[in-house]
Amino acid sequence: MIDPFAVLTLGSTLFILGALGVLLRRNAIIIFMSIELMLNAVNLTLVSFARMNGNLDGQVLAFFVIIVAAAEVVVGLAIIMSLYRRKASASVDDARIMKW
Amino acid sequence: MERWIFVPIAAIAILSGGFMLVARNAVHAALLLVTNFFALAVLYVLLDAHFLAAVQIIIYAGAIMVLFLFVIMLLGVDRMESLAEEIPLLRPLALVLGVGLAGTMAYVFWTTMRGRTFAGLREANRSGNVQALGRVLFTKYLFAFEVASVLLIIAAIGAMVLGRRRDEEEEASQVLTHGSSEDPSADVERAG
Repeated sequence: MIDPFAVLTLGSTLFILGALGVLLRRNAIIIFMSIELMLNAVNLTLVSFARMNGNLDGQVLAFFVIIVAAAEVVVGLAIIMSLYRRKASASVDDARIMKW
Repeated sequence: MERWIFVPIAAIAILSGGFMLVARNAVHAALLLVTNFFALAVLYVLLDAHFLAAVQIIIYAGAIMVLFLFVIMLLGVDRMESLAEEIPLLRPLALVLGVGLAGTMAYVFWTTMRGRTFAGLREANRSGNVQALGRVLFTKYLFAFEVASVLLIIAAIGAMVLGRRRDEEEEASQVLTHGSSEDPSADVERAG
């Protein structure tokens, strides 16, 4: 039997990897993939909590996270496309027209 | 038995996530992310979330990753990129934040979750995971479900609006591709 602690440790490790990806990478697409990795880590913890508590609320919440992630990917990739069309680059360093 | 599945799958998930962090090619990063999604789907099966495992494969590994690869190919950013950091101190600061986050989570999980066991979903999944999940989704969470459908429509419309080329942009790109700048203002706007 695996215990919740092991699954939660895996989830937090994946979340930290995703957070480091957002902080360290410059390519907007890779940053986006790192956000997906973080959402997946949260899903894993939610599913683990559902099994820990013996009800399905956590799984329903993970299902909604997947829906919101799908919506977010569609809009985010459209933003990256229009950024690329304007700047001919997918680097977040080039999107600084509103920088103070 | 569970542990013999969990340990290698967890190793695959962490390794693919870690290599995604340092992948210089966006296509490689996308493939590593697919590996990660599959590993998580296996873990969902292990945690009695059969429906979510199928959804994970169909939506994440199928639809979302195809969308990612489509944009990568469309932008032509499948070349190597430099990993050099231009902002000083960002990398050590990020590592400090990452270690701090890891320490906080480890502390919280260690103090609250140590020794806890899974209650198991045998009772909740008695009529089948999909049936039980559907019953909860369409009774207790019906309003959230409807709101989610509105969200998806808004996202689709938003992506269409963002992806549409405006007329002046189209002219500017035509000027650029034909090499002659008959309309200098369009070029300036594009460059700025």
